[in-house]
Order: sequence, then C-alpha cells, then structure tokens
Amino acid sequence: MTQTVARRNFLMQAGAAAGTALLPMPTLAQGATGHVVVIGGGFAGASAAGALKRLEPRIAVTLVETQRTFTSCPFSNTVVAGLRSIGRLRFGYQGLARRGVALHFAAATAVDAQRQRVSLADGTTLTYDRLVMAPGIDLKWDALPGYDQPAALAMPHAWKAGAQTLLLRRQLSAMPDGGLVVIAAPANPFRCPPGPYERASLIAYYLKAKKPRSKLLILDAKDGFSKQKLFEAGWKALYGDLIEWVSLSQGGKVTEVDAKAMTLVTDFATHKAAVANVIPPQQAGRIAAVAGVADRTGWCPIDPVTFESTLMPKIHVIGDAAIAGAMPKSAFAANAQAKACAAAVVALLAGRMPAEPRLINTCYSLVAPDWGISIAGVFRPAGGLLADVAGAGGVSPLDADPSFRAQEAKYANAWFATITREAFG
Amino acid sequence: MRSFRMASALVVLLAAARVLAQPPPPGAWSCSGCHLASPGAAGAPASLAGRKAADIAGAVADFRTGRRPATVMDRIAKGFSDDEIAAIAAWWQDQRP
Repeated sequence: MTQTVARRNFLMQAGAAAGTALLPMPTLAQGATGHVVVIGGGFAGASAAGALKRLEPRIAVTLVETQRTFTSCPFSNTVVAGLRSIGRLRFGYQGLARRGVALHFAAATAVDAQRQRVSLADGTTLTYDRLVMAPGIDLKWDALPGYDQPAALAMPHAWKAGAQTLLLRRQLSAMPDGGLVVIAAPANPFRCPPGPYERASLIAYYLKAKKPRSKLLILDAKDGFSKQKLFEAGWKALYGDLIEWVSLSQGGKVTEVDAKAMTLVTDFATHKAAVANVIPPQQAGRIAAVAGVADRTGWCPIDPVTFESTLMPKIHVIGDAAIAGAMPKSAFAANAQAKACAAAVVALLAGRMPAEPRLINTCYSLVAPDWGISIAGVFRPAGGLLADVAGAGGVSPLDADPSFRAQEAKYANAWFATITREAFG
Repeated sequence: MRSFRMASALVVLLAAARVLAQPPPPGAWSCSGCHLASPGAAGAPASLAGRKAADIAGAVADFRTGRRPATVMDRIAKGFSDDEIAAIAAWWQDQRP
C-alpha cells in the first residue's frame, strides 16, 4: 500500500469521525495539509516529525528510520569513560507515534525528486508533498589509508553511538595501567566539533582515577578546535600532563593506520597505541547523495530560511548533513533547525511565505563530571547562509570559578534530559 | 468549514497531540532546547510555558545588560532586540505548561 492511499484513508477517517465524510476536501488556502516524509530519526529528524504535528496536526507525517531504538551520540563520552550506562542514551519512537507520526522502519533506498517519491528497502513507495532529510553522517571509509570497516573493530571510531561506543569502553577497561591511548581527530567539518576533546577529557578522568601511569595523545588534523582554551585550562588544572595535543602544524595529522599492529602514522612519527580511537573524515549520510542533495563536498547546501535543498526542489535537509553556515553540527542545532524547518514546511504547504528564522545553538562539554563548559551562538540568514548574529554567543568565561563550572555541568545534564524528551518524549 | 474544523479538532484529540495555538515568532522555539516545554527535569532551567511575558522579557533584558548573573543566557540574550524578546515572551506566556 502506498502512502497516498494511507493519506486518503487518514483524511476520510478524519471526516467520518465527525460525520462529515460527504463534505468536500478543504483547499490548501485554508491551512496546511498534505504528506511530509521525514528520512532519519536522530535529533534532527525526530524533532522535525514532532514539530510538524505540533504546528499542524492535519499534515500527515511519516518518519522513515532503520532502527527501532535511537542511541544518542551526545553524552556517549560518559559511557566511554564508564560514568553512565548506554541504556540511558537509548530512546524509542513511541512518543512520536502518540503524537500521530506514522513510523516506517525500513531503509530509504532511492528518492525521485521529480515524482516526489521515496523508495524503501522493504518495497514500499512513499509519495510526499515535502520531504525532510535528516540522514546524519556517514564515515568516509576511503579517506584514511588502512582505516576500513574491519579496522574499526580494532580501532573504534565510536562516532556513531552503540556497539562502537561499548567497544571503546571495553578496550579502555581492559587496558593495563601505563598504556598509551591515542585519539585521531579529523579536519573540519565533522559531527560535534568539541566531541573529540570532551572524549579526551573524560577518558583522562577515568585514567587518572584507575590507571594513573597512562597517557593520552590527541593527534589532530587541524591547528585549533572548539572551546580550545577552556579545554586546555581544564586539562592542566585537572589532569596535569596526562593529555598531550599534537596540532596539524606540529605533525599531528594521521596519514595511515595499521589496525593489526595498532600503529598510527604521521609525517613525523609512528605511534603504537594500547587503545586507538580513530575519528575519520565524514560526509552526509549516503541517501543524501542518492537523492542528489549532496554537493561535491559530500554535504548538503540549503536555503537558510526554509532549509530547502538548493539542488533539488521540495526536499529539505537539516542536522549534521546540512551545510548550515556558522551553525555547528550539534544536536542542539539539529533540534533548532528541525523546528525552523517544520515551520517553513507548514507555511509552504499552506501557500504562505515562510518567516525568516532565528536560531540558537548551545553546546555543553564535560571536562570532568562536575566541570562543564559551553559555547553558544545565535544565527540568522544572511548572504544565503546561516550567519552569526554579531555581538552574541561565545564560550564560557576563561576565569570562572569551580562553582560556575559545576553549574554548567549540571546544565549539561539537564540539557540532555530536556532535548531527548523534546525530540523523543 | 466549521464541520471540518470540528473534525480536525477531533483528530487532534484522538492523536493526543499538543498543538500550538500560533506559530512561534523567530527564535522562540529554540528556547525549549534547554527550557523544557513542560516542567519536570531535575536541575533544568525554568520552563517558560505559561509564565508572564513581562517576567520573561525582564529576565532576558537583565541577562543582556549583565544585571542578572548568568552562565550562558547573557551570551544568548545579546542576539535579540527588545521587540524580538517581547514577541518571544508573549508567545511563551500563551503556551500551556
């Protein structure tokens, strides 16, 4: 059965419920109706599906997702460090079902932008009036010599939460005291810009307590990173010289790995690791390229007001896959974009001009369980991109006292509870 | 028309969906990334739904000038004008907690 039939049934039932089945269908000018398909049930896609229903319940919304349970990347570094169980990062889609979102658990295999159809691996074809794509990221398996999918079983990336997160945790638990942990961090852009450095922080917290003779080396393909001064000050205060960061210009870029030998090669040295966390270069999830909404960079250019693809009509792209200008690839940004995109889609379906959005990002990192730092930004469309609003945003003060850091750590935890409840609750 | 509205309302009830009375003004819907739309999360910043618009707008204005201490709201408040804050505050006042 195609969704077109399902939608007709949905509207017929809506009419029949009030005994008005013989009334003509309302026209679009009276309000938005239609069918929106959302591909991807992460922070962006789940938030978009729920937001569409909250804004206009007459719109039929179908969420297409391969997994019945979502595992959050935000806070997965606490699992890596043994501070939290992975069960606390897992969320189902029952909340969205209760809000009237139709769930379809299958992989999207093709998108026909001209005929406005999505093909799924189970043989279903969905017809849409608007498509919202939130495919997240795929790892580029051909970008780093020696790092392929089998290699990731010895040197986990743990950049998609789940089995990889648990593998990295097990390796750290099994590592003898005095071992060398290496994190290979990619060049920009990538999912969660402060993520590798929060991970280094929380692994150091674990090592300092349990394996204090160990060292942690960050080999970086760039010369600077998000919240750098705050991280470095926190590392010095909490972990002494346990963490060493090697920048691009100091020879930090990893050019090759050997998963059997557990070595990482740079232009200047070969490092033998006890535990190696290799975070490879990334691109938009594969279906984006299949649909024709990814450009040569591997990411998806969008209109900053509507999030509609600049490459394909009636397809919107949100979250990590999108080129969102100054907005980082964070869960907060994904949720904020989802809500702005949903408002634009509802306006477009009603034949109204979408309003110009204003977006916020707030991103917390834990340097230790009671030491939080943040970066915030406010964004508006400018010059075809989402640009920083001048004078707003920025990072936590460098000279704050421990109570300020503890308060931000509390807010970090509360943020996770709030954002997951809003997206999935 | 009227019947259709009634039908829609019924569908809403059946789906148990919480529906927004009006679309949020620019920026307003970003707030609930941290300020939960309904109260309950331990240690979370205050929910804004149903609060008096004057209280919300006053707090944001004080965050912006630094009169009221903040961790992150000072940085966010600087991205909005008085009119924008007033519109956001009025919308949150109308939301049901």
